[in-house]
Amino acid sequence: MIAPNESTKTFRVKVKRQDTADSAPYWERFDVAYKPSMNVISVLQAIAMNPTTVDGKETTPPVFLSACLEEVCGSCTAVVNGQVCQMCSRLVDDLLKEGGEITIEPMTKFPVVRDLMVDRQRMFDNLEKIQGWVPIDGTTSLGPGPKETQDNQDIRYALSRCMTCGCCLEVCPQFTADNGFVGAQVISQVRYFNRHDTGAQLAGDRLDQMMEPGGIADCGNAQNCVKICPKEIPLTESIAEVGRTTTVHSIKKFFTGK
Amino acid sequence: MATNQKRVIVVGGGLAGLAAAVRVAEAGLDVDLFSLVPVKRSHSVCAQGGINACTEPVRQEGFSEWNHFDETLYGGDFLNHQPPVYEMTHWAPKIIDLMDRMGVPFNRTAEGNLDRRYFGGSLFRRTHFSGASTGQQLLYALDEQTRKYEAAGKVKKYEFWEFLWPVLDSSGACKGIVGQDIRTMEMRAFPADAVVMATGGCGLIFGKSTMSVICNGGAASRCYQAGAWLGNPEMIQVHPTAIPGEDKCRLMSESARGEGGRVWVPAVKDASGNWTPHPDAGRDPRQIPENERWYILEEKYPEYKNLVSRDVATREIFFTCRDGFGVGGGRMAYLDITHLPDETKNKLHAILEIYEKFTGDDPREVPMKIFPAVHYSMGGLYTVYTEEKRVPEANDESDGEPIFGMKHGAPNNMMTNVPGLYAFGEVNYAYHGATRLGANALLNCIFDGIFNGPSVANYVNGLDTAAADLDASVFDAVVEREKAKEKKLLGATGGENPYKLHEEMGNWMNDYCTVIRDAENLDKLMAKVQEWKRRYENVSLADTGMWTNQNLSFTRALGDMIIYAEAIVLASIDRKESRGCHYRPDYPERIDDPFLKTSLVKYDAAKNAPVLEFEDVPLPMVQPRERSYGKK
Ligand SMILES: Cc1cc2nc3c(=O)[nH]c(=O)nc-3n(C[C@H](O)[C@H](O)[C@H](O)COP(=O)(O)OP(=O)(O)OC[C@H]3O[C@@H](n4cnc5c(N)ncnc54)[C@H](O)[C@@H]3O)c2cc1C
Ligand code: SF4
Repeated sequence: MIAPNESTKTFRVKVKRQDTADSAPYWERFDVAYKPSMNVISVLQAIAMNPTTVDGKETTPPVFLSACLEEVCGSCTAVVNGQVCQMCSRLVDDLLKEGGEITIEPMTKFPVVRDLMVDRQRMFDNLEKIQGWVPIDGTTSLGPGPKETQDNQDIRYALSRCMTCGCCLEVCPQFTADNGFVGAQVISQVRYFNRHDTGAQLAGDRLDQMMEPGGIADCGNAQNCVKICPKEIPLTESIAEVGRTTTVHSIKKFFTGK
Repeated sequence: MATNQKRVIVVGGGLAGLAAAVRVAEAGLDVDLFSLVPVKRSHSVCAQGGINACTEPVRQEGFSEWNHFDETLYGGDFLNHQPPVYEMTHWAPKIIDLMDRMGVPFNRTAEGNLDRRYFGGSLFRRTHFSGASTGQQLLYALDEQTRKYEAAGKVKKYEFWEFLWPVLDSSGACKGIVGQDIRTMEMRAFPADAVVMATGGCGLIFGKSTMSVICNGGAASRCYQAGAWLGNPEMIQVHPTAIPGEDKCRLMSESARGEGGRVWVPAVKDASGNWTPHPDAGRDPRQIPENERWYILEEKYPEYKNLVSRDVATREIFFTCRDGFGVGGGRMAYLDITHLPDETKNKLHAILEIYEKFTGDDPREVPMKIFPAVHYSMGGLYTVYTEEKRVPEANDESDGEPIFGMKHGAPNNMMTNVPGLYAFGEVNYAYHGATRLGANALLNCIFDGIFNGPSVANYVNGLDTAAADLDASVFDAVVEREKAKEKKLLGATGGENPYKLHEEMGNWMNDYCTVIRDAENLDKLMAKVQEWKRRYENVSLADTGMWTNQNLSFTRALGDMIIYAEAIVLASIDRKESRGCHYRPDYPERIDDPFLKTSLVKYDAAKNAPVLEFEDVPLPMVQPRERSYGKK
C-alpha cells in the first residue's frame, strides 16, 4: 500500500523469510515506491518503515545485516535476483532493467539466523585456523616493520581488501553448507600473510593447514570465485600461488621430515 | 581477597576497541570484547584517506611533532585538551611503526619506505595511507592481532551483542555491563573491573551521514543517562565532500583533494569581475571552459587552497550553493580529479570505485558531484587524565618552557567521571575540539588503545576486590530494569512508527543543527525534541517476537538517540559564539571570553533533561590565535 501523496510509481519485491534457524522459509511480496538512485538496502528500509505485504497483511520488517553501506564492511551480503552481492551496491534501476519482481534471498551456504541474516562465523574460524596474523613481539616500540617493494605492496593491498563477505564461497561448487572446504577467501589470506616478511614466519604452519582435508586440494578450479568477488581480488592467482608453495612445502617435508 | 579473576570489558571493536583489547590483553588481563557486528565489520573500515604522523622523512621536510600538535589545536579552534593532543602527536610516529610491523600494506616509495600524501589543515605531506581504504587495512591488522589473543584464550568475543547499560556499584564505580545477544535476545549481566567504551560516533542522530548505520550514539547516550558526562556534544563535523544518497551519504575522502583534486562550481564573471551564477549551470561539466569554473577554495585560501580545514570548506561550499552557484542551481558542487595522472588516480581507486558503483559515472572522466554531509562527532563522553610536566623535546617550540603531556599508565587517563568507565576513540571528547583534522581520528583511536590501555590495566590491578565477587543483586537490578524497559516496548500499542520518527528527527537535526545554527531554528528544534520525547512514549513495534528482533534494538536505541540529540541541541543553543564547526549567524565570531570552555552536559534523571555548564579548557602550552586559514 502506498500513501496517495507519495510517488505512485511502485515496483514489486519478493523477500524470502525464515522466522528461526530451523523453521521453513516462505516468501512475502511488497510494493515499494520508486525513488531515483535506490539500492536494495533502501528497499529494505522502505519495507521496514511500512511492513505491509501486497495482500495487505501486516508483517515484521525483514531482518538483514548492514553497516557501512559502501561495500567495505561485508555485512549486507545476500542473493538478489539469483546473484549473490552486497545489497548496498546493487542498484534498483539495474534490477528493474532485468524485468519482473526483485527477489531477495539469504545466502545458501551458511546457516540462516533469521530472514536474510546468516551466520558466517565459519569464515572467521578459518582465519584463526591458518593463524591469520603477523606474529609481532608485542606493541612496545620496536622500530619500523620490514621494508617492502611497491610490487609486493600492490599484491598485498589487493588481497587485504577482502571483507569476508563470502560471495566467493556462495558461488563455489566445492564449498557446501556442511563440508570442510576452506574456500578461496582463506586460501587468498594464506597468500596475504605468507607474503609479509614477518608474517612468513608462520608460512609453514599455514601451508600445513592447506594440506589438511578441506584444504587447497579440494579446489575444483571452477573459477566462479574470481568472477563474483566484489573487491576484484585476484583469487585464482592466489589459489595458484598457494597451490605451488604447498606442493614445494610438502616435497620439502617429505625429504626433511620437517 | 578476590576469589574471582579480574577482567576488563571493551565495548566496541573498531580501531579504538581492538587496540584497547590487544593492549590490555598484552598487559595480562582477560578481556571480554562486545560488538554489535563482527568486529571486522566495524565502522572503522570506512576510513579512506589516511593517518597522520611526523615520521622521520616528514621531519626532514621541515615538519615536527610540535607542528602536528599545533595544527591540531588550530584546527580544533583551541577547544582541544592540550596534554592529550601533545602526547598523541608525539606518539604518532610510534603508532605508524607499530601498524607497519603488524603488516598493514601502507603505500610505499620506490625504495620501499612509507609513502605519504597531503591532507586537510596542513601544509605538509604527513598523512600515511594504504590506497584509499586505510581504515580497513588498519582495522584488519588489529582484528588479526585480536584473533591471536582470542586463539590464546585471552580475549573472548561477544559479537552480535549489544551493550545496554553500565552496572555501577553503591560507590558509583563501574563494575560491568548488561548486554543482549541480538540473535537469541538473551539478556544478562557481565561483571568487569573496568569497562572501556569504544563505541564510535553518533551520525545516525542526523539521519543520513557518512557513518555506518550502526553509529547511533546509543551506547554513549546510555552511559550519559547512567551518570557519565558529555563534553562538547554540539561539535559535529560536517564533511565538505560527500555523495548524497537515498540510504546514506557516501564520503569522497579528503585524499581526493590531498592528491590534487579541485573543488569548483560553474560561474561567469560579470563586467566588474565578480563571479555570478552560470546561466547554464546544468550542462556537461566537461564542456565548461576553464574561465567559467570558479575554484572557490583556491581563490579564497591561496595558501591552503583545497585543503583548508573541513568546517571552512564545508561552509564555503554550502554558502556558494545557497547563493545559486550549485550545479544545475541545486545543492551540489564539483570535485574534480579528471586532470590527475593515472598513477595518482590508481592510489584513489577504492573511493573512485565507490563513486562509480553508486552513481554510475566514472570520476576519472567526469567531475564528481558532491555536497557536505555529517561525518564525525568531536564531542562525546567527557574524560579526565593525569597531566605530566616535562622538559620540552628537541623540536618543541615552547620557548624553553616546560611542556605538559599525559602521564603514561596513570589509572585515570581517558576515564569518564564514572570510576572504571573509560572512553576511547571517537566516543571520547578530548582531542579534536571544535573541528577534527582529516586523518587524526584513526591516530586518536589507536593511540587511545595503545597508550591508555596500560592505564586501564593499572586501575584494575590497583583494585582490592574483583567485580565478580560483588553481590549478584548489583547486577540483577540492572538486568531487571532493562527487562522492564524491553517489556514495555514490546507491549506498547501507541502506533507511533519508530522508523518514521527517526526519519523526522534526522531531517530536523540535519536542517537546523549542522552547518548553520540559527537561534530561531534551534529553539524550534528544541521544541521538536520535546515533542519527540513525548511521541517516543507511544512507539509501537511491528515485531514483538523474541528472536533476532532488530525492530526492538532499533527502537530502544532511538529513545537514547533522542536523549542525546537534546544534549546536542542544548549545547548548540547555549554556545553563543562561532567556533570551528559550530557556526551561529547571530554570533559569527569566536568569543573566547566566556566560551573557550568545554560544554559539559549532565543528565538530570528526575527531569529526564540535560543540564549544561561550561568548564575552562586549560591552555598550558599554546595560546589561542586568530583562525582564518589565510582567507582573502
Ligand atoms: C567515511 C569515513 C571516512 C573516514 N576516513 C578517515 C580517515 O581517512 N582518517 C581518519 O583519521 N579518520 C577517518 N574517519 C573517521 C574514523 O573512521 C572514525 O572516527 C573511527 O574509525 C572511529 O573508530 P572507533 O573505534 O572509535 O569506532 P567505530 O569504528 O565506529 O567502532 C564502534 C564499535 O562499537 C560497537 N558498538 C557501537 N554501539 C554498540 C553497542 N550499543 N553495543 C555493542 N557494541 C557497540 C560497534 O559494533 C563497533 O565495533 C572517517 C570516517 C568516515 C565516516
Ligand atoms: S575474496 Fe572477495 S568474495 Fe571472497 S570473501 Fe573476500 S571479498 Fe568476499
